Amino acid sequence: MLELRNVVKSYEGKPLLNDISFTVSQGETICLLGASGSGKSTILRMIAGLDLPERGAILLNNLNLAQTPPHLRDFGLVFQDYGLFPHLNVFDNIAFGLRMRNASADEIKQHVSALLEQVNLSGFDSRQVTELSGGEQQRVALARALAPSPRLLMFDEPLGALDRSLKEDLLNEIRGILHHTNIPAIYVTHDQEEAFTIADRILVLHEGTIIRDGTPSEIWKDPQSAFVAKLLGIGNVIDGEVVGENKVKTAFGTFNLNCTKNIREKLQLLLTESPSLLGEGRRGEVRGEIQLTVEDVLFKQDQFQVKGRGGLVIHMKDAPKVGDVITVQVQVKCLS
Amino acid sequence: MSLSPTLAEKNRSFLSANSRILLWIPTLLFLLSFFFFPLFKILTLTLNLETLTDSNNLRITVHALLFTFYQATLSTLLTFALGLPAAILFSKYNFSGKSLLRALTAVPFMLPTVVVAAAFNSLLGTRGIIPTLSSFLFPQLPITNYQFHGTLLAILVAHTFYNTSIVIRIVGNAISRLDPKLEASARVLGADTFHVWKDIILPILRPSLLAAALLVFMFDFTSFGVILLLGGSQFATLEVEIYIRALQLPNLNLAALLSIIQLIFTLIFSILYSRTINQVQTQTAPRFSTARPPKTIREKIFVATLALLLSSFFFLPLISLPIRSLTRLEADRGQRAEVQYGFTTDYYKELFINRRGSLFYVPPVQAALNSLGFAGITVILSLALGYPAAYALAKPTRLEKILDPFLMLPLGASAVMMGLSFIISFGRLIASPFFIPIAHTLIALPFVIRTLQPALASIPERLRQAASTLGASPLRVWQTVDFPILSRATLSAATFAFTVSLGEFGATLLITRPEYPTIPIAISRFLSQPGGLNYGQAMAMATVLMLLTTLSILLIEKLRFNNAGEL
Repeated sequence: MLELRNVVKSYEGKPLLNDISFTVSQGETICLLGASGSGKSTILRMIAGLDLPERGAILLNNLNLAQTPPHLRDFGLVFQDYGLFPHLNVFDNIAFGLRMRNASADEIKQHVSALLEQVNLSGFDSRQVTELSGGEQQRVALARALAPSPRLLMFDEPLGALDRSLKEDLLNEIRGILHHTNIPAIYVTHDQEEAFTIADRILVLHEGTIIRDGTPSEIWKDPQSAFVAKLLGIGNVIDGEVVGENKVKTAFGTFNLNCTKNIREKLQLLLTESPSLLGEGRRGEVRGEIQLTVEDVLFKQDQFQVKGRGGLVIHMKDAPKVGDVITVQVQVKCLS
Repeated sequence: MSLSPTLAEKNRSFLSANSRILLWIPTLLFLLSFFFFPLFKILTLTLNLETLTDSNNLRITVHALLFTFYQATLSTLLTFALGLPAAILFSKYNFSGKSLLRALTAVPFMLPTVVVAAAFNSLLGTRGIIPTLSSFLFPQLPITNYQFHGTLLAILVAHTFYNTSIVIRIVGNAISRLDPKLEASARVLGADTFHVWKDIILPILRPSLLAAALLVFMFDFTSFGVILLLGGSQFATLEVEIYIRALQLPNLNLAALLSIIQLIFTLIFSILYSRTINQVQTQTAPRFSTARPPKTIREKIFVATLALLLSSFFFLPLISLPIRSLTRLEADRGQRAEVQYGFTTDYYKELFINRRGSLFYVPPVQAALNSLGFAGITVILSLALGYPAAYALAKPTRLEKILDPFLMLPLGASAVMMGLSFIISFGRLIASPFFIPIAHTLIALPFVIRTLQPALASIPERLRQAASTLGASPLRVWQTVDFPILSRATLSAATFAFTVSLGEFGATLLITRPEYPTIPIAISRFLSQPGGLNYGQAMAMATVLMLLTTLSILLIEKLRFNNAGEL
């Protein structure tokens, strides 16, 4: 089990990571989500040993790694732009980690061809890595990281440079491999779709701390803050103002909500479509109906994305007409 | 460059096959008469039984060849000893004055050999600033008896001065292109520092290291002016030996043999170099700079020490030359400690006086006028010959692809060899001063073509077509489309030819007559004569030449910069 304990790091004199603590269990894939420049990659570099934390500790199975140089940590790291060795062919790239561990030639050969099969690159052994497509290069990088059977795998926006369909395929492959090998993994991304697809647990990094830690469904149901909702593209974040006891006024109507705020205080709310009006919401949550003027309708495979007045986006089974005024069942929630 | 077939066809039809051949005629005629014919004459002298069986010839040749390899190897090693740390300094670290220092290290590369020889002489030679001052200040120290001028060390140091910027440019670029993620990947995969270097960094840098080494070695191998002027004719490299056998101890057969051997080696090195540099270029594209300010104490000491060392090594000779040209610094005969010193403009004034018993039949300033005249003719000649060839090469057909290597062949021949080939081929005719600008044009022409050709190729055919559909006559098309783009390239090429001619030493030394000295010839003659006045005049002339060359370099750089911004 990997554990980060109160890790602190600054960048060029400015604090970057204030107090980072989390754990990754055996076989678990966690996803670190955050805007660019939020310090996601720095966390990976510190776990890999390429950077040192200024304070705090990184432990593997309760052993502090502070004195362990990167080449003795037995971790795997996959970069967005692959970091393949341009002077080595596919075979030698994948074999690199095994050679550093003085594996025998037979062992290396067997292992590499098994890995090539695993990442669907059989027969690519002697190809130059510079001749490969982006997706193929990333597969080689994945195989290279897997080769020495690392104790932990880290991915630094591995699919950022790939186009959409390739992304989905490779994401599913990575998912399958992680599941199959049971290696704990940390997956860094800023793409919420990737995060929801691959993660057992999502950690949202914002302003140097982890502001949300939960399973994808927990976070989807309750992002808690406007930042997380926006970052993950959950529902609509709307502005509101407390206008009386348990009354919040918004551009889409006034709702009976207790957001534990004072009168006249401005706040942000999460508005999502709700399947029914039945059932009482939890505290700080209310269901109701709003009227929406349809401004645009987009076809999205199994449903329609309806854009309404005020920038509201909802999803519907049947397409309304532009200009229609429709009644939508929604759920409104306080955000911090 | 990818052209659609239709566009390529239009480009081809821009010039018909017949007019293409016409374009080639002047350049080819020139090269045939002044390069290939003389080369042929050298070959016939070499390839006869008498030359090839003379044991004396063979002994001298083997000796010269071995010594050339020896000094070029030592020079290359010394250049790398300074150049590699410098390459790391410039590619890994940011510090104040970095771009200025980098520009300074590149200055010598463009300076004429006589200027570099005179500059080191002014600093470290027997009459140089440091020895004279130290014998004045510390008469008891044994340093007063040291000798720099006339030693192998002087040659090696001057070669290092010349070529360090090659290492900085080629290897430094490769280092800054190294993706830091490669090292990170290797470390995470289990490589310690030793393996990171052995298995990742050095193999990736290998083509650049090799290319830089080959280029430096080739320049050291063919070096002439520096060896003759700083070392002296006892350092018999191939080049020096050719010069000796052409003029001092005439044996033209031997000289021809030596120059053919020299040519063969130069061509081998060029081919090896262009192969390795192609590997360098096919590597990953340039990334954002990874240079950063030095952080740890060790890094700070490294940066400070090296920056100081580089700035003194490259700045002191260049500044000591003008200083020495304006300073009287003389020890009276027999009284070594008594030094007269002070500011003087005598050395410059003396350039205008035609003294009886002086080295020339004319006042030395005539050498400057000659040089300017020759340079002017070189500019006109090389542009007149270079333009048609560059026009044809801008849209190459099969004809151009065959002819192009022949145009570049004169680059492989050394200047001394060209001088020798003129002596052998034209005999008494070379008494005519016109052969000097012809030799200079031969040397400048490849550069001129290579400067004009990309500019011509960059003019989009669509622009010409657009102009003519809008009703412009062919002349107007040339005036409005071609000329604005070409004027910069032309000026740049002209300045280049001018600079080459002004500083050319090797070929001129072999074919010049006493009554038509050029600036470099005058400097070398002053330097070879005793007496403080001769020495001072050498300093003064070298300073003038340095200033002229520097101005030209600045002009070329400025033109290139503007060009890059616009095109």
